[in-house]
Order: sequence, then structure tokens, then C-alpha cells
Amino acid sequence: MSVRRLHHEQPSGFVFSRDNAAWAKKTIAKYPKGRQASAVIPLLWRGQEQEGWVSEPMIRTIADMLSMPYIRVLEVATFYTMFQLQPVGKKAHIQVCGTTPCMLRGAEDLKAVCQRKIHHDPHHLSADGDFSWEEVECLGACVNAPMIQIVKDTYEDLTPETLEKLIDDLAAGNPVTPGPQNGRQYSAPVGGPTTLLEKVKPAKAPRAKAAATPKKAPVKVVATGKPSARQEPADAEKGKPTGLVEARGGKADDLKLISGVGPKIEGILNELGIFHFDQVAGWRKAEREWVDNYLKFKGRIEREDWVSQAKTLAKGGETEFSKRASKAPAKPRGKGK
Amino acid sequence: MLADKDRIFTNLYGLHDVGLKGAMSRGQWNGTKGFIDKGRDWIVEQIKASGLRGRGGAGFPTGLKWSFMPKQSDGRPHYLVVNADESEPGTCKDREIMRHDPHTLVEGCLIAGFAMGAHAAYIYVRGEFIREREALQRAIDEAYDAKLLGKNNIHGWDFDVYVHHGAGAYICGEETALLESLEGKKGQPRLKPPFPANVGLYGCPTTVNNVESIAVAPEILRRGAAWFAGIGRPNNVGTKLFCISGHVERPCTVEEAMGIPFRELIEKHCGGVRGGWDNLLAVIPGGSSVPCLPADMCRDLPMDFDTLRNVKSGLGTAAVIVMDKSTDIIRAIARLAYFYKHESCGQCTPCREGTGWMWRVLTRMAEGRAQKSEIDMLLNVSYQIEGHTICALGDAAAWPVQGLIRHFRHVIEDRIDSYSANPDPEGAVTMQAAE
Repeated sequence: MSVRRLHHEQPSGFVFSRDNAAWAKKTIAKYPKGRQASAVIPLLWRGQEQEGWVSEPMIRTIADMLSMPYIRVLEVATFYTMFQLQPVGKKAHIQVCGTTPCMLRGAEDLKAVCQRKIHHDPHHLSADGDFSWEEVECLGACVNAPMIQIVKDTYEDLTPETLEKLIDDLAAGNPVTPGPQNGRQYSAPVGGPTTLLEKVKPAKAPRAKAAATPKKAPVKVVATGKPSARQEPADAEKGKPTGLVEARGGKADDLKLISGVGPKIEGILNELGIFHFDQVAGWRKAEREWVDNYLKFKGRIEREDWVSQAKTLAKGGETEFSKRASKAPAKPRGKGK
Repeated sequence: MLADKDRIFTNLYGLHDVGLKGAMSRGQWNGTKGFIDKGRDWIVEQIKASGLRGRGGAGFPTGLKWSFMPKQSDGRPHYLVVNADESEPGTCKDREIMRHDPHTLVEGCLIAGFAMGAHAAYIYVRGEFIREREALQRAIDEAYDAKLLGKNNIHGWDFDVYVHHGAGAYICGEETALLESLEGKKGQPRLKPPFPANVGLYGCPTTVNNVESIAVAPEILRRGAAWFAGIGRPNNVGTKLFCISGHVERPCTVEEAMGIPFRELIEKHCGGVRGGWDNLLAVIPGGSSVPCLPADMCRDLPMDFDTLRNVKSGLGTAAVIVMDKSTDIIRAIARLAYFYKHESCGQCTPCREGTGWMWRVLTRMAEGRAQKSEIDMLLNVSYQIEGHTICALGDAAAWPVQGLIRHFRHVIEDRIDSYSANPDPEGAVTMQAAE
């Protein structure tokens, strides 16, 4: 249990913005009639998102909206530790996870960074009022430890250096990328997944109509290649182009501008870690052959000369094909977030 | 090692389309109507036959739990509540399901809800999982748009799924505290009985299940109970998401067969222990609540419910926290004691007072500033907390301390010795009041 009290200085009033008031009405409707009190946490949270912290007028307003006694809402606001009961940094309130899994991987060094750069004590504003920090209990990203959370996003796999840079970037208003800060794919091991590498046909419900089978098998990660290649594992990897974990800056080139690459091939190339023209442009003979073999393309990469096409495109130039292709409406890509 | 074809969460790492179309191409929502048509008894029988044990930590058989719901409604609605308040230190599996494979959960809600005669499901997501909540809500919206959920959906069973969230209280992962919180109160656990299956959410019959338990249900029905029961070891079957954190080369979340030996799990997926196997000190095999095990006990231990229980630990949520020899084990456990002190809801005296007491004593012991007799006193106090509280948080707080004393008493004693040999210039070591 932690002892939490309301801040000694309170604002004079609180009103939900128009959008938030409409949202609150919809949220209350999610619960059965007479059970509107269920919406108290979502409403307080929305209030905090609007104002930055939970104030006494906010508690009273929400209690009135939900026909709850004030003391019940005060209880909720003080019981749940995500409700900030005092003003927080204007630019960021940094929540450093300090529980054992993060501690084992260096969370204490992250705390030291916050102490140095923000304020010695948690829940205090930095000199310019832009930042504040606190140590929180397990945030549920333990395989990506150590990590912090700022408002909605988590920043994982941090080191003191990357955290320092992150704080500097936030202070300067530079864009920052949430998620793992060491380039790994979410919770997959560093260097790429060890599972889910084979192309697998999804299971079908028994007695389901056979016709329901989709004609196209889903595009899956295919890292080790075709069965024939698998017999010679040593050779299978020879010539395999080195890929990236993700597109640089999160933005891949439109590989479909290369004549011969369609959405499906682009997907496979992306799975191989190929996201940019300059990667294709840099392929040597062995790599061209490997990819050609992998795609069962029978020499198409050479015939269509992907490498020189990619070289032109990488420089920002246009090829015959890309001029035509870029005029066509772009197909939406079905990639996840 | 589990073959890729036997994995249920095929988009665990978010490499593919998270949306409905992508989910369907991975086989989700396939044949759901067929299962509904076979009736609720068939579904419960299948889940019972599959041997699925709840994935939230306690390992209670899921099919049996579903069968506790009244067969006939007495006029009160039935509710399914999904416990996505994943806050056990070390655990981060439900997060991956919600943000990368949310349709497994949404489909599971429909099937489980139907099997217990519920027309509504509330998914209680922990407050910190904001992006995960948004991803889940997107998946639910897609399902409504495709008429897979809602009134007059294509499955012929009216069903609503609502996402609710908490605001940072670990205790709300306890099922009755979760229900209290969902009703808009402080998350303080209720006395049982009455059990939620009779008096749960809003006083109505309710079943609370973990995300992973619900999310695997559709795939069990699709592939058959025998398939699931055939993976792993007797009474400990199926696939399980393991989260390996701490001092391994490459921490990760991975779906593996239940009962995979510890060494294989770490070697195959995590690149081994940092500094080699000789550098291994201890392992917490199932999230912070279970007692730790010393290195020589766990190297080749199968990771499942019964084996780990037999060595006085537990599989819990399969959150494996690995500690190498650079770890100060007393401080590591003291930090967990702080966690439980912070998260105790304050309702029962043994837990409210005891968790803080244990933390303070452990903090002193980490410095060596203690008497050896206090080790037994600490152990004794932990037994007075365990089993004397409404919910299991008291037990969960006591177990890590008991594990520490059981296996690492010599470390505490050495620490005390080295401190007494070289005491603080301030003065001699005295027996301090625990406060």
C-alpha cells in the first residue's frame, strides 16, 4: 500500500472537453443500467489525459456524472497508482520500471539518469517544469527490460546512453520512436525469431467445407527457404543477402517500383529484411543467385536487371517502369503496425 | 522442440497483418459457427478433454471452471470476464497476444462466452497497456463490422465484447478484486464463497479467465482436443507462452511445449545464460510469486505445473527470470518484497503489515545489518502471512522470501558475518526493531 494524498494546490474547476464529454457518455453506456460506477476508472483516466493529473474538482465532477458519493471516487483516485495526484512534467512524465526483472538488467542506472537529468526525487518537476519521473512497479515488458513508459508508449531495451538521448530528444522536440530501442522485433530475441520460421498451413476446423480453404496460402516468414535447399543447410545460407531487422527509420522503399516485383515478392523480400533500393543495388552475383533460387525465378533478376534498376531508384531517379508504376494508384499494403 | 505447425500464436512477433484479414489468413475465425452449432456442452467437453489448465498462474482446469456456470439462467445475465491485468513481474505474454494476435482472444471470448451462456464479455486490461488496449479495440471493432460479434451476428449467438481497463493495481489480477474494480470500486478482493460462478460481476454468475486460456480455446476446437492433449506430459499438456527475462543472452517471449526442459528452453531461444551455464545462480521459474530455485536444481528441470510444484516452486505464468552470479540475490528478493508491499491492497492485516515488515528486514539483510536469529524470525513471519489473508497476495509475498531462505540462507549468513567483521563506524550491530 502506498499513502497517496491530493495535491495541496488545486485548480478552481474542471470540465471535460466537448469530445471527451461525448466519449464519456458512450463509455458509461458500455455498462448495464444502474452500473454506471463501472466507468469511474476510464473517466478519471480520460480526465488525467486531458489535464495531466487528477485534481479534486475533477473527482467531484466525475462523481456527479456517475451519481457516486465523492468519497468513493476519491478512494479510487488514491488507490490506483496510475492516477497522478500532483502536476507532472509538461513534456514528459517518465515512469521507470524498477521491479526485479528490470533491475537485473540495469533499471537502477536508468533511475540514476533520471535523477541527474530531471530531479533527485521522484514526483518532482525539473527546473524548467518540462519533466518529472517516478519509479513504478512492473510494467509488463520484462523480456524487453529495462524499460520506461511515457504517457501511452513504452521505450524498451534501454541503456543509460539511449535514455539520455531520449530525454534530450523529447526536450528538443525531436521525434522519438517507441518500442525496443536496440532494433529488435518486439519481444523476439535479438537477431531474429527462433520460431515461426516455417511456412505453415493454418489448421482447419474438422468437417468445415473444403471449399473454404483460401486459394492462396498466407505469406509467412520463410527464412531457411524451400525443402530442397534445406537438405544442404550449409549451402542454403551461402549467398543469402543480409537483411535488416526493420526498415531504416521505419519507412521502407516501395520495392514494387522495380519491374518484376509485385506486392507478394515485396512481402517476401521484406521478410528477408530487404526494405530499401540500395540493399538490392548492392547485391553481388552470389546474392542475386540465392534470391533468384529462393523465389524460384529462373534467372529473372538478371533478365530484368533489378540491380541497375535499384541503383537508379536509390539515387532518386526514375526508370521506365517506375514512371508508369508510380502513376497507378498505390495499392494499400496490408502490413501490421 | 515444438514444431512451427503446432504453434497457436502465429503472429507473436507482429511480423504479419494484425487485422481481421490477416488473422483469417492464419486460420482464425475458421469454423466458429460450426462449434457454436454443436452446443455449449460439446465445447466444455472438448476443453475438458484437451486438458487445458488455466494460464493465469494457478493452473486450474479451464473446462471444469466453465462447467461451474449455471446451466440454466435464473434471470440474471451471465458474464465472461477476461483477466488481462497482466502485472506479475516477469510476465509479458498477454501483451503479445493483445497487440499482435488479438483475434485469437476475440474469437475465444465468443466461444467461451457461448459455452457459459453469457451474452457479454468484459476484457479487463491493465491500465499501463494503452497501445495493447487500442489494438484489442481495433480487432473488436473489425469483428463487429464483419458481423462476427454483436446482435444478430453470423454465429447466431448475440454477443458483446467490451474493453475495460484498470489503473495500475497489481491486486486487480486477483479475480474478485478485478470484479470489484470493474464495478468501479477499490480493487480489494472478496471473501469466497460465494464464488464468482454464482455471485460475480454485478452479483451475476461470472467466470474469470486469463487471456491465454481464452485465446487458445478456438484453436483447440479446430485441431481437436487430442492434438492439444498430445503435446507435453500427462496432466501438463499443450503449448505455453514462456517469457524469459533477466540474465540470458537474448531475452524473449516464445511459444513452447509444456514441460520443455529448462536448459533446452534457454539454449534454443535465448542463446544460453549470460556468461555460460556455470555462471547461473538462480531461477525464478514462474513469475515473481513463486520461490526461486538454485542453479543445480533447475538445469534440466521440465518446465510444467506438477514438476515445479514438486520442487516447491511453481510454473505460475511461465515467466522465467534468470539470475547469474553477478546478482545480489538478497537485494533481488528484497526488491520483490518491496513490490508486494507497494501492491498490497491493505485489507488484511497480515499482508498489509507483514509485506512492509519483510521488506524492511530484507533491506537490512541485504546490507548484512541483521542478526542471524532474524532469519528464522523472518521465515516465521512469512508463514504467518501465508494462508492468513483473503486472497493469495499474502502467499505470493511470502513465497519468494521462503525460497530465498530455503536455498540461500548461507548467502544471508555470510553477508551478516562480513558486516559484523567490518561493522559500520557508526557503531556495533544491534538487534533492531523491525519497524
